Amino acid sequence: MPAAILDTLSQWTVPVLFAVVLAAGALRGVKVYDAFVAGAEEGFSIAVKLIPYLVAMLTAIGIFRETGAMDMVMALLHPITSSLGIPGEILPLAVMRPLSGSGALGVATELIQTYGADSFIGRLASTMQGTTDTTFFVLTIYFGAVGVRRYKYSLYTGLLADVTSFFASVYFCKIFFK
Amino acid sequence: MNAIWLFFLLGGIGIAAARGDVQKVTDGALKGAEMAVEVALGLIGAMALWLGIMRIAQEAGLIDLVARIARPFLIRLFPSIPSNHPALGHILMNLSANVLGLGSAATPFGMKAMQAMQELNQNRPEASEAMCTFLALNTSCITLIPATIISVRVAAGSANPTEIVGPTILATMVGMTVAVTADQLLRSYYRRRGG
Repeated sequence: MPAAILDTLSQWTVPVLFAVVLAAGALRGVKVYDAFVAGAEEGFSIAVKLIPYLVAMLTAIGIFRETGAMDMVMALLHPITSSLGIPGEILPLAVMRPLSGSGALGVATELIQTYGADSFIGRLASTMQGTTDTTFFVLTIYFGAVGVRRYKYSLYTGLLADVTSFFASVYFCKIFFK
Repeated sequence: MNAIWLFFLLGGIGIAAARGDVQKVTDGALKGAEMAVEVALGLIGAMALWLGIMRIAQEAGLIDLVARIARPFLIRLFPSIPSNHPALGHILMNLSANVLGLGSAATPFGMKAMQAMQELNQNRPEASEAMCTFLALNTSCITLIPATIISVRVAAGSANPTEIVGPTILATMVGMTVAVTADQLLRSYYRRRGG
């Protein structure tokens, strides 16, 4: 797929969506300005409601990262992944991904720039960035917005999806790019 | 969740103590707390914008329309949500935004979906089954237009910046299948346990 097509597509989605919604609203006789303001009003209260949940989560992650506990987890995982033929350079990304979106993007960018976008590590980092998610962050803000504090089994499914996607990324990258 | 939170905190403090560098705990904690407020406040603009657009879509009947189209598919995954409930529309809008790579739109749609599901959940502090399924889909969802990583690849001088789309779709399909299956299995396990 040429990058130009995807680029055009991603540039057009938001304008098209706005146009469709506004046109449909106008056709149905919705007072579009009034409706917009009424909806937007909620944005502030939802965001403010998230603060205690985000403080709890990001403080814990901050301590875990800053003190070197995260590096220790990576060191523990290294022998396991290297015996499976997974490049060790990718591990920081795998461990960072569920915890911090901006952190993971930083690690991925660094890997791509250090090893080259078209190296195996560069391609694997790119693929993993698209397949896994910032699970802790997503759960914190989605549950936080409605005041749910007990996540039941949600975290396990989310992390299991991340681990599976990690291994699947390695597998498919090996098939596609080796 | 309590156990994991405790693990992050005590693990970090323990390791800092063992390394004789306890100052790092304070630094990390304060950095995290500051970032939390930055993130929350940074969300306000995009949230307000998309929630405003969404209100127009709702009053125009677009959300209902979307929900009606997706009903046969969603009803299987979310048996506890009544088939005419607006939550289904919000869920679909969120997943579509995720697939299109519209991160800033996906979050407000997801919030509305959670609010609708929380009403069905009678505002309990414990997640409902529908919420767990929704988040399983959400965190394992594929992005067809991973615009950010493609632009990083372009900046790094890749000969073919979009070549990763193929393996990304395949890997995420595996991840999503596992997530949905695990959600179903854990749901029945928790039911039997009476949780």
